[in-house]
Amino acid sequence: MALELIKGNIAIAEAALRAGLVSYFGYPITPQTELLEHLSVRMPELGRGFVQAESELGAINMVYGAACTGLRTMTSSSSPGISLMQEGLSYISGTELPAVIVDVVRGGPGLGNIAPSQADYTQLVHGGGHGEYHLIVLAPASVQEAVDLTGLAFDLAEKYRMVVCLLLDGSLGQMMEPVELPEFKPLRTTPPAYAVGSPDSKGQVVLTSINIDPPTQERFNVKMMTRWQEVEKNEVRYKGYYLEDAEYVVIGYGTAGRIALSAVREAREQGLKIGLLRPISLSPFPAKAVDELADKVKGFLVVEMSNGQMLEDIISITARRIPVEFYGRMGGMVPYPDEIANAIERLVQGEHIVNTDARGKWLADMRELVGTGE
Amino acid sequence: MTETDVKIVAKRPLGFTDRTTHYCPGCTHGVAHRLIAEVLEEMGELNNTIGVAPVGCAVFAYNYFNFDFVEAAHGRAPAMATGIKRTLPTKTLFTYQGDGDLASMGMGEIVAAASRGEHITVIFINNTNYGMTGGQMAPTTLPGQKTSSCPHGRDVETQGYPIRTAELLATLDGAAFVARRSLHDARSIRMAKRAIRTAFEVQKQGLGFSMVELLSICPTNWGMNAIDSRQWLVDRMLPYYPVGDYKISTAVSEMKIGGN
Repeated sequence: MALELIKGNIAIAEAALRAGLVSYFGYPITPQTELLEHLSVRMPELGRGFVQAESELGAINMVYGAACTGLRTMTSSSSPGISLMQEGLSYISGTELPAVIVDVVRGGPGLGNIAPSQADYTQLVHGGGHGEYHLIVLAPASVQEAVDLTGLAFDLAEKYRMVVCLLLDGSLGQMMEPVELPEFKPLRTTPPAYAVGSPDSKGQVVLTSINIDPPTQERFNVKMMTRWQEVEKNEVRYKGYYLEDAEYVVIGYGTAGRIALSAVREAREQGLKIGLLRPISLSPFPAKAVDELADKVKGFLVVEMSNGQMLEDIISITARRIPVEFYGRMGGMVPYPDEIANAIERLVQGEHIVNTDARGKWLADMRELVGTGE
Repeated sequence: MTETDVKIVAKRPLGFTDRTTHYCPGCTHGVAHRLIAEVLEEMGELNNTIGVAPVGCAVFAYNYFNFDFVEAAHGRAPAMATGIKRTLPTKTLFTYQGDGDLASMGMGEIVAAASRGEHITVIFINNTNYGMTGGQMAPTTLPGQKTSSCPHGRDVETQGYPIRTAELLATLDGAAFVARRSLHDARSIRMAKRAIRTAFEVQKQGLGFSMVELLSICPTNWGMNAIDSRQWLVDRMLPYYPVGDYKISTAVSEMKIGGN
């Protein structure tokens, strides 16, 4: 099949169609809007459901309804919209329903800006809505990977009856790259037995997240946690680069991981034994891979387009066995490979203090570099 | 022995389970439930219907109806019904919502669904207070009416005015049928049933959004017995919330309803 040059947002929309998307509900927000626009044409063209909702609250609750049919449904948004959707994510999770959401992250907090960011890591990986639940969170680093993970997202959502989130920054949503789109999957339009409107259900189907009896709620939470253990066992995804003989390893996901790869290659050319671990599933997190690397290497450098949200997970996994340094840009700023290369150099040449305050050191540097605006 | 003709004059609707409701004595939720079940039975739609329960006293409505049901977040029932309807367009969808749910928390969702002409039916229970949380002020609470969160009576200077939902939604082009009925006596209940039938027929015939607002009583939170509550509805609610048809689109006015 031929490669086509497609913008990230549109490629994800097209991949979702081909994965058998039955209905889509969204709301315009930059830098995600092309996804909504593309589906506003394609879904009706194919006789499938499309609504531009009144708000992100409306959109996620439409997804909640559609997910009650057990058929493939999706919404997409960007950070402020995802904040509004947290209510629905909790309810959908609490009802054990499959749904896919796409977050094309932008700079924040608040209205922030429309530039690329990874600052939604915590709200999606570590919850955001009320109660206890997990999302599967997948982070592509290229348009092709976004396409591939879109199909996977629907499969995983159905397999575990969970919400799967595709987390990418605004630059991936906006950039054009050559991609190979998958073939169209057959469209499933008959609800499965557990869903409403199913011809296969035995008697009344009630889908609700209410458990008014606390022991019942606790049992349900135990069941959800047990399922999450299965997900952690089966669905960890990451990519390693130059890890075989690496003395130091950079850890970064999505666009930050991709930029870090340029810096790592440059370091290799200089003879430095640097590797890269690029988590693809942020939830479940590749904790075992990080843990094993921590036993082998002299130190980590975590790179993010946020203030070190993933850094906290890395520190928790390494339990301060080895030095962990941090380099991040915030607020819609994207690091250049040079900046990461400099951070690598500091890591290799610096004193290796295990209990160093990585974020504090970085923040002091940032105050010098960009100031505080005061 | 002479044979006697046996005529069934009342029976439990086929759409009901055999559970006893949790509603307070005198509450009209049970009446509203029964009208919906009877209408769906008469239309032959029981096996094709999916209900959307609200957050409020009717949160457990699906314990009393025996067809498929989902349970929405507070106020979001019209969005949830939209999601199901756009995914399974041949199903009959209805939301069952109270005044706090629909006219306060969910005003955005209901206005949007009505303006889109979403092919869903909304049954809206107006009893002028938040029932489940213990009788607080609702958007529908009448001026001067005492509730647990306006114990001195609703002061319109600081707490604003009640919302007339049927009149408000009737202004939207997507709304095909919008009516208000009352459940305070037998005649009103018969009229309410006819309106509910019309609302579901509008959906079945693809004519657009339909809503029936039902004036209801809440003896427990109003602090009255059922008889006094019905009288209070007549004396206080009917003047502010007149029953009537607020929107009948041209297509609906020409609609034919099959016999039952």
